[in-house]
Amino acid sequence: MAQADGHDHESGSELSEIELRVRALETVLTEKGYVDPNALDLIVEAYETKIGPHIGQRVIARAWSDPAFKQQLLDDATQAVRTLTEVNRVSDHLVAVENTPTLHNIVVCTLCSCYPWDVLGLPPVWYKSAPYRSRAVKDPRGVLAEFGVTLPADTKIRVWDSTAETRFLVVPMRPAGTEGWAEDPLASLVTRDSMIGAGLPKAATEPA
Amino acid sequence: MDGVHDMGGMDGFGQIVRESNEPAFHKAWEGRVMAMNRALGAAGAWNIDMARFSREALPPAVYLSSSYYQRWQLALELLLIDRGLIDADELAAGQGLRPGKRLRRGKFTTADLDRVMTRPCCARPPDAPARFTPGDQVRAKNIHPRTHTRLPRYVRGHTGIVERVQGCHVFPDASALGKPEAQWLYTVRFQGQELWGKETDPTLTVSVEAFEPYLDPQ
Repeated sequence: MAQADGHDHESGSELSEIELRVRALETVLTEKGYVDPNALDLIVEAYETKIGPHIGQRVIARAWSDPAFKQQLLDDATQAVRTLTEVNRVSDHLVAVENTPTLHNIVVCTLCSCYPWDVLGLPPVWYKSAPYRSRAVKDPRGVLAEFGVTLPADTKIRVWDSTAETRFLVVPMRPAGTEGWAEDPLASLVTRDSMIGAGLPKAATEPA
Repeated sequence: MDGVHDMGGMDGFGQIVRESNEPAFHKAWEGRVMAMNRALGAAGAWNIDMARFSREALPPAVYLSSSYYQRWQLALELLLIDRGLIDADELAAGQGLRPGKRLRRGKFTTADLDRVMTRPCCARPPDAPARFTPGDQVRAKNIHPRTHTRLPRYVRGHTGIVERVQGCHVFPDASALGKPEAQWLYTVRFQGQELWGKETDPTLTVSVEAFEPYLDPQ
C-alpha cells in the first residue's frame, strides 16, 4: 500500500496531522468495506504514470499536422480524440478552442478547479490557487504577463470559465519554422500551459 | 451559496506561484485523498455536485487557509459523517467500530478502476426544446441561492450573448440536493467592460457555462 509512506513525512519521525487524519480515514473506509486500498493504489498510479499532458500533446500535434482532424477537434473534441488510437479514453463534453493571430483563449475554473484531466492530467497547484482563479477572469493580460507571455495589445483575449461539465482544451498556434515536421517533434513543442492558454508552445529553435 | 469559493474577480490573493516539473502529488497523502474521493463517488456514495457543495460549505477561513487536498479531506470526512457512512468516533479512533452500510454500487475494488478514469456523461434527454439559440442576448439572473449553484457572482445581473448550445445536462443546483433534473446548457459570452467597467481591457471577453434557469431573455 502506498500508505506505508513512513519516509514521506514533514519532519522527524512524526507523521503530520494531515497525514494521520488521511491514514485514519483510509483505515476506517477499508475496515467498513467501502474501498479496497489496492484499488486506491491503482488510481494514484494512473494519475502519476498514465494520465498527463503527453496525451494533450499528441492531440495538438495531430491537429497541427492534419487539417481534417483539427476541424473534427473543433467540431466535437471528445469524438475526435476518441479516434486517436494512442489515447485510451476521454470523457464526454470536451471542447477545443483555437488560438489565432487575433484571438488568444485562456481557461480557468473560478468556482473550483475543473480541468480536462483526461488530456492534461491533474491540474498544477497554481491552476487551483486563489490568485489564478480570482484574476484570470478580470485581468488575464496581467496574468499572462506574470507567466512571461506578452500578447500584442490588439490580440483579443477570451477567457473560458469552466462552470459546468464541459472541459476546455486550447489549441495553440503552430510555431513558425515547423513546416514539414513530423508529429513527434511537433508534440515536443506543445507545453501543458499552452493547452490551458496560460502559455505558448516552445519555439522551433528551443530545445525540446 | 455566496461563498469564498466563488472568487472570480476578487483582489488581494497575491502573485501566482508556479513550480517547474511539478509532481502529480507533493505528498503521498494527497494521492490517497484524491483516490478516496474518486472511489467513493464511483461507488455511488454521492454525486459530483454534492461533493463540490461539501467543499464550498467549509467555513471561509478554513477554505482559504487549507490546501486543495486538505479541503478535499475535510469535506470528505464531513460528507461521510453526514451520510451516516462513518461516525466521528471511528475517525477519532482510526478504526471501523461498526459494520459499513451498503453503497449504491457496492465496495470499490480494483475491478472498478475504469469507472473512475473517465467522468460520467452528463448529457440527458431534454424535456423541452432549448429556449435560446446562438446570438440571443440574455441576462444572467441576480440570484443568491443558499444551496449549490454554478452561476458565478461576477456575471449575475450582466448581459451577454449566447454563443453555443452545449446540450441538455444534469442541473447541478438540483443534483446537489439529490433531485434528478436536466437543463439546457449554454456558453454565454460577456464583454469584459460589461463585467468589470469601462477601465477594463476592451479586447477582453469572458464566457461561463450557464444553465437555462440562470438566464433571462433580454
